[in-house]
This record gives sequence, C-alpha cells and structure tokens, in this order.
Amino acid sequence: MLIYLLYIQLFILVFPLYRIIFGPTIADRIVGIEKLGTLVTSIVVIVILITGKVWMIDIVIAWTILSFISNLTLAKYLENKKLND
Amino acid sequence: MTDILCSILFVVGTLFLLFSGIGLIRLPDAYNRLQASTKAITLGMCSILLGVAIRYGLSAEGVKAILAIMIIFATATVSAHTLARGTYRFGIKPHKKTFRDDCSRAPDNPEAERPQSDE
Repeated sequence: MLIYLLYIQLFILVFPLYRIIFGPTIADRIVGIEKLGTLVTSIVVIVILITGKVWMIDIVIAWTILSFISNLTLAKYLENKKLND
Repeated sequence: MTDILCSILFVVGTLFLLFSGIGLIRLPDAYNRLQASTKAITLGMCSILLGVAIRYGLSAEGVKAILAIMIIFATATVSAHTLARGTYRFGIKPHKKTFRDDCSRAPDNPEAERPQSDE
C-alpha cells in the first residue's frame, strides 16, 4: 500500500511545478516553491516507511527549517519591491 | 490495531496533500492559493508524521516525529503570513470577487486613503 502512496505523492509534485512554471505573478511562483519544499519532506517520510531507514527523519526536520528560512527571505524580498520596478 | 490506525493516518494525509494540490491549480489568485497550500498541507503532513510517531512508539524516531510536527506547525503558518503580507505590499490586488479587504485600511499601509481633516 505504501508504494501506491509514494506514486500518488510523486504525482502531486506536478501541481506546484505547474504553478512555478506558468504562474501569472511572482507571488504564485513563491507559493509553488513553498509547497514544493513541504511535499519533498512528505516523500522522505514515505521513503522512511518503505525502506525502514529511520535516521532519515532528521532530513525532515532540517529541510523544514531550511525551507522556512528561504521562504522568509523570498517574502522579504517581495515586500521590499514594487510591482512597477 | 496500530497498523490499521497508521494506515488510515497515511491515507488521510496523502488525500489532504492531493486536495491542496488541486486547490493550487483551481483557485483564482495568489492569496487563495496560499491558503490552500498552507492549511491543507500542514494538516496532511501532521497526519503523516503522527502516523510515524504512532508506528515507532516512544523511541528516538517517534519523538523526532512529534518534534517535526511542532516545527511544521510553527514555521508553515509564519511563512504563509509573511508571504501574504509581502504579496500585498508588493502590489498584487486580490481577485475581483473578494468580499472585503481589511488590509487596505491598515494604519501602516502607505497607499491607504486617509480621512480628510477639516482644517
């Protein structure tokens, strides 16, 4: 059953990639990047459950904190610009 | 019993991730997409990690899964709020069917319409 969940989660990666490539504004692309970072952690969790390598749970914590910092950086970058610049 | 509970939690979490992905495609503007991508993904990830915590019990991995749940709850909401504020200050208008826009009357908004004084 877990391998089908892995297939479904790999399919879900299509949606934020679509939003990153075809997003009308820059904010949509940043939303897609933020979502992609969280989906990678969910795939790591499913890989933990399939292979049984439980040390990979550290990757989830580290990836979450790093994507939080990158999202804050992108949001502050967006806040200090204007649409017409 | 534990296996059935873990399986239900994994399936529910994956379904929430799928719903948030569909919402990311279908919703009209950046704020709605941000809402779909934050709430549903937080619930889905917390459900999956709770399944991991139940499966591995009170060991190092289970406690780390609980810690990851707390970190995701703290960071996802803060980054979504910061990104929504940045998007608004950047100048992207909400969708035209938006019912009310409280942020246009915020006191620190430089583009807000000030009430005219009489003097």
